Amino acid sequence: MQTANKIFKTEPLLFHTFNVIFMLFVAVVTLYPFLNTLAVSFNSGLDTTRGGIYVWPREWTFKNYEAVFATGKVYHAFWVSVARTVIGTVVSVFLTTMLAYTISRKEYMFRKPVTLIFILTMYFSAGLIPSYFLIKDLHLLNTFLVYILFPGAGAGLISAFNMLVVRTYIHTLPESLIESSKIDGASDYRVFFSIILPLCTPVIATIALFTAVGQWNTWFDTFIFASSKPNLSTLQFELMRLLSSSVNSNANPSLSSTAAKDTATMITPLSIRAAITMVASVPILVVYPFLQRHFVSGLQLGSVKE
Amino acid sequence: MPQHTVHKVEIAPQSAPRTETFWRKMVRQRQLIIMSFPMVLYVLLFAYGPLWGWLMAFQDFKPMAGVSIFEQKWVGLDQFKFLFLDEGFTRVLRNTIAMSFISLILGFGTAIGLALLLNEIKKTGFKRLIQTISYLPHFLSWVIVTGLVSMSLSTESGIVNIVLMKLHIINEPILWLGEGKYFWGIVGMTNVWKEVGWNTIIYLAAIASVDPSLYEAAEVDGAGRYRKIWNITLPGIRPIIVILLIMNVGWILNGGGFDIQYFLGNGQVLDWSETIDIFVLKYGLKLGNYSLGVAAGIFKTVVSIILLYCANLIAKRLGEERLI
Repeated sequence: MQTANKIFKTEPLLFHTFNVIFMLFVAVVTLYPFLNTLAVSFNSGLDTTRGGIYVWPREWTFKNYEAVFATGKVYHAFWVSVARTVIGTVVSVFLTTMLAYTISRKEYMFRKPVTLIFILTMYFSAGLIPSYFLIKDLHLLNTFLVYILFPGAGAGLISAFNMLVVRTYIHTLPESLIESSKIDGASDYRVFFSIILPLCTPVIATIALFTAVGQWNTWFDTFIFASSKPNLSTLQFELMRLLSSSVNSNANPSLSSTAAKDTATMITPLSIRAAITMVASVPILVVYPFLQRHFVSGLQLGSVKE
Repeated sequence: MPQHTVHKVEIAPQSAPRTETFWRKMVRQRQLIIMSFPMVLYVLLFAYGPLWGWLMAFQDFKPMAGVSIFEQKWVGLDQFKFLFLDEGFTRVLRNTIAMSFISLILGFGTAIGLALLLNEIKKTGFKRLIQTISYLPHFLSWVIVTGLVSMSLSTESGIVNIVLMKLHIINEPILWLGEGKYFWGIVGMTNVWKEVGWNTIIYLAAIASVDPSLYEAAEVDGAGRYRKIWNITLPGIRPIIVILLIMNVGWILNGGGFDIQYFLGNGQVLDWSETIDIFVLKYGLKLGNYSLGVAAGIFKTVVSIILLYCANLIAKRLGEERLI
């Protein structure tokens, strides 16, 4: 009896110690590859090849970043990425919220078919090749517009999931608010712009983050629809070409050759890769911790079915 | 299915007494209609429009100027026959299903496990910090994630080989990405690394909504930590687990993602890394065998919808929560 009591008292402590150690292990495994790349990006390329760089640079340098932006190619791709992210997110979030408002109105006669048409898109896709021919027939190949319109990885104009998140959120707002302003003669436009939009700020922040992440991170639409136009290259696409060029070295002649020419100034493909990886990931990584509260509740809203 | 609903709307005016209500209602709700129909047209064009292209699977499609899709040579089900008799495609199918299952099981197990352990941490600051860190990989693109994975697994300075050698588990570096037998596991672990933290969000929310009085009652009965997890927490989050399982069953032919295999796959592991999506890209778009690519794509979509339907049906039979 005595020993049993002892075990029950020490067990929580033992459990908690192991639990905390395990959580620290998870944190290290999650962060290490990223911190290692960060260190490599600030370390002299030639020195990195000697090995032994973990989470802190040995020979500090900004040369890797200078080399990345020196060609102008990455610099241009960065701004294309920014443009598609900003424009794509603003347009998509506005239209998605507006659509979500209409399907949140119980009296709306087309509410069910409209909702169904969008939900089905979450589970089927006509496939890559038919989509390619559609984009081609619409003369959208090698245009900036394809980044905004193509409903692929970047979400397109409407994301059905985001639509459901906003719809569920609108349902949590007091119905009387909308009804009383309707009685006062407010139109649906007015209700949407002066009541729904301001009240939906938290959920708009959530879906804006989801959309922006999709837009910023996708490389596939550039690869399929716009790869023959260097002007439309995005940051992720440049990074992807650089990564595959380390496998077959002729895939991206311009950047690799810059790196090769510069061995005198201690820049290697590996350090260039690390620097672009940082440029491509930091913009989102500085934003998401501040939106954590919003996207956590947003995800929960999305999982609620009507 | 969407055509069906649109159809229903169109025949409504035929019944005389309802005609007026229908049109009057449309006029009265014109603002809602104006606010939603442009998007409906958009999705019909961009998501449903390409369905026309499915006709290609029953043809020997050759893109030619001025020749419409209806003037192509029809070959019936020949493309599908070719697909299933092709040894390459059988292997692609095996890889796809294997990687999906590995990713699915690893993904569910680790996310539920991590959520249960996070839930036991009472210090909110520490818990919040671990959560924030665990979400980080979700925000990185697949291009970056696969780059980090191949760097971590490299034979020269890869951390995985370094740690394993320091621990004397292996004597010399392993060429992780050069051998087919490791590939499926690497895909599974990469998926876990990227999404485990993100996936805990939903489970933690479900755990938080379990009635606390159940735990109090169990404590009175002398139940320990593990008993409470097994008998209260897990049954409490079962509905959400079932819903997520059904959704994931619908994606079983995605092979645990497209980007991982596309970026990490290489000539040495081809027999283990090619999935249906890569098959479509390679034979369809790159080699110009459009009809075969579309046939593979149709197969994928149709099987997905059937699986989704079956999973939903089974859940219904078992009295579980359903998706649709």
